[in-house]
Amino acid sequence: MKRLVVVGNGMAGVACVEHILKRNPDFEITIFGDETHVNYNRILLSLVLAGEKSADEIVLNDIEWYRSNNIRTRLGVKISQIDRQARTVIDDEFEATPYDKLILATGSSAFIPPIPGVDKANVHVFRTLDDTQALLAKARKGLKTVVIGGGLLGLEAARGLQVRGCDVTVIHLMDSLMERQLDATGGEYLKRRIEGLGIRVMLPRQTAALSGNGHVDGVRFATGEELEAELVVIAAGIRPNADLGRKAGLEVNRGIVVNDFMETSDPNIFAVGECTEHRGQTFGLVAPLFDQARVLAATITENRGPVFTAAAPAAKLKIMGVDIFSAGSIDEKDPGVEAIRYEDPALGAYKKLLIRDNRLIGMILVGDIEDERIYMDWMRSGTDLAPLRRQLLFPPASDPGLEVADMPDSETICGCNGVRKGEIIQAIHKHGITVLSQLKQRTKASTSCGSCAGLCEKLLRAVAPDFEEETKTTLCACVPFSYERLREIVRAQKLKSVEEVLAVYGNRKGCEVCKPALSYMLDMLWCGDHEEDRSARFINDRVHANIQKDGTFSVVPRMRGGVTSPDELRRIADVADKYQIPMVKVTGSQRIDLLGVKKADLPHVWRDLGMPSGQAYTKGVRMVKTCVGTEFCRFGVQDSTNTGIELERRLENLFTPHKFKMGVVGCPRNCAEATVKDLGFVGQEGSWQVVVGGAAGKSVRKADLLVTVETTEEALEAGELFFQYYRENGNYLERSYDFVERLGIEKIRKETVYAPEEEKRSLLDRLHRSKDLSHDAWLERDRPANPTQFVQIEALEKLEEVRERQLV
Amino acid sequence: MTGERAFIEHSWTKVTRIENIPPREGRPVRIGNLEIAIFNLNGRFLTIENACPHKGGPLCDGIVTGTAVVCPLHGRHFDLETGMPVRAAEPSCLAVFPTRVEDGVIFVDIEAGHRAMEADAA
Repeated sequence: MKRLVVVGNGMAGVACVEHILKRNPDFEITIFGDETHVNYNRILLSLVLAGEKSADEIVLNDIEWYRSNNIRTRLGVKISQIDRQARTVIDDEFEATPYDKLILATGSSAFIPPIPGVDKANVHVFRTLDDTQALLAKARKGLKTVVIGGGLLGLEAARGLQVRGCDVTVIHLMDSLMERQLDATGGEYLKRRIEGLGIRVMLPRQTAALSGNGHVDGVRFATGEELEAELVVIAAGIRPNADLGRKAGLEVNRGIVVNDFMETSDPNIFAVGECTEHRGQTFGLVAPLFDQARVLAATITENRGPVFTAAAPAAKLKIMGVDIFSAGSIDEKDPGVEAIRYEDPALGAYKKLLIRDNRLIGMILVGDIEDERIYMDWMRSGTDLAPLRRQLLFPPASDPGLEVADMPDSETICGCNGVRKGEIIQAIHKHGITVLSQLKQRTKASTSCGSCAGLCEKLLRAVAPDFEEETKTTLCACVPFSYERLREIVRAQKLKSVEEVLAVYGNRKGCEVCKPALSYMLDMLWCGDHEEDRSARFINDRVHANIQKDGTFSVVPRMRGGVTSPDELRRIADVADKYQIPMVKVTGSQRIDLLGVKKADLPHVWRDLGMPSGQAYTKGVRMVKTCVGTEFCRFGVQDSTNTGIELERRLENLFTPHKFKMGVVGCPRNCAEATVKDLGFVGQEGSWQVVVGGAAGKSVRKADLLVTVETTEEALEAGELFFQYYRENGNYLERSYDFVERLGIEKIRKETVYAPEEEKRSLLDRLHRSKDLSHDAWLERDRPANPTQFVQIEALEKLEEVRERQLV
Repeated sequence: MTGERAFIEHSWTKVTRIENIPPREGRPVRIGNLEIAIFNLNGRFLTIENACPHKGGPLCDGIVTGTAVVCPLHGRHFDLETGMPVRAAEPSCLAVFPTRVEDGVIFVDIEAGHRAMEADAA
């Protein structure tokens, strides 16, 4: 058995070992890693920094993988020397390990520019998991942070730290961000988006020195200008770790020189990954390195044949919603190159295609990267674009089967999480996946930047026997994303105000459609830990009453289960007299409506009523209509009244995608019409039927049976599960009856009452957290949201005074 | 708008402090026989007449979108700078009033209100 030693335990080295193992080699493998971690997905470090993923979640090969493949693993050990004569590698402790074949996969390190002061404390790089953890230990709210370098890594680090609350400024040597991937216009679009996220960008700035006594306290620029900094992150590029090869006398330029078979100048030594230099080119992005790994695995297992060709470089920024993709040559000044452009400043979308001899040679996509794959396909295959000339910027959707069918199983579909086509197909068959959301859950594909969602869906459509379209409705032209995507964006990017969402992902204006929808989404996701912006609410939610045709308001106090008392009724009567309320009416919801109340009277009316808001004006929990059940009714078999009151107590004050009405009846005679409510309980002898998605409004729909349960507590829990599930997955203004039809009752059952215990628990936990933070909106009578929420503004002077002054 | 002259030519009514109008919201004020709505577009203050020409809806209670307001009753859009309806099909427009801010106080010239086009609802 031959001894194979791999120096380097990163993505390229371990990917190569995986390919070698697939070829059933006769090798005894040892891997040395100078980091103490198992192989993890370095590309996702920015998501760890941003708190979207934990360190465990980015592990690619756990320790069990090494063990089960009989790989000797030496972590935290640095190889300092190669003895080519003796065919050994020597570690820091001077221990020699013999090899027959040696793979160098030493990767690269952060380039630290020669600036005075880079050795001060709190100056970091961002390259490894340890670097990330060190940054996390420092990050705190308001920490003045300067990121030096406005390339991919610098921007991702900046965003991660900013999400952690740091006050971040990015400084960049060049006139434009990501100038290696974008032109000036693209850079400007990117800058706007980054600034929209709340990160300052300073361009061009040359750093002259880092100041501070021991700890860094500032950055000084070549111009003499200074910037305060408590934390500095240097992200000024990477350099191949080629020293080991250089010292051993291998041919090394910037990187360890390899040929098309990944062989170095020593026949027993090979190299792969960021430490290599191939035909004068070094590498920093993962896709070509996986190709290298495949080629080397063939070469080293005596299947020499496949050759490595460096594909055109392609780069994607992994900041959710800040969609940037660049590939190929972006220099339009090259002779014979035509540049075709499209831009929509309001949406922040910019596309540029570079074409030579009717072939696509490069592209810049900002804000809209939908067509990335089609373009890449054109570029790779050298498609003749002459017949497509009119459709270049909006290419026709290709036959969904064809594009994905042509891809090899080994092709990476999700670049962020390194999920390949073959794995996705396996998962689809193994788990019977039919919709995209399940696919994401199972494979993690498309869960980071989301840009491969379209491709995953095409694959699913081509492979899954009963593919289901996931209905996606775009919110509106101001923020042209599906609800699902927006929820992901808002959650992952920790966006906490409507203005922020509109600034970064929308047209900065918003409208009467998207503003209330976003307000709901923020409230639902952050349960109060967000910035409530009344200007983004419809008037009813600004003043907690229902506007009427004459600009007055209606007031409906909460009357749980439709049960009231003489005392409450007396107060209602007194209020109606005192404020000269023109109409008092019993509603269809078993409560009382006071109509024609002036805005300025609202807080006084509420105070005098001394009852909580019935939320009759909002997209939220309305009421629970009940019958008298076992309390009084001769036929009642369940205590519908008290169950209804309890249900209302548990859900009141919460908001929903659309109004949410409930009913509880004590027997199947259904006197309180529970089967045409969004949520209803129908009492039976010894059980409750929990029904959902009923309606008796514009459309009439009999509710579907969610589940039949024995006890009242079980019924309440089933109701809560459905309620929270609708809150989280319903599109704004989608009534429960449309929601139930869209998703299908089977799916809803599977994901609520029949979901695994832990999923149920977490749905309920989120509901209870929201409930704990909710409150009766009418308490704003004492603590108004702003000084003139209800108050009529009186002009500081009268018109007569103005006229008099003019005469003087 | 800063000179003494401008002051005299306009009949500025001192209305209210800027804090009383939250960002991106409007507030109604009655001056003489007229009800106006003053809007705060993130620090820029604009004034229109308050009643929607359609059915008299209180525009002060509408959601602001860019420089337009949406009537809370039936969703008509009007531009706050010109008073013009945003959709061409709307038949009539609103009066707009010169507005300025000095030392944190909003002044509106009620006499100088004007319409971009003649309207039935005038």
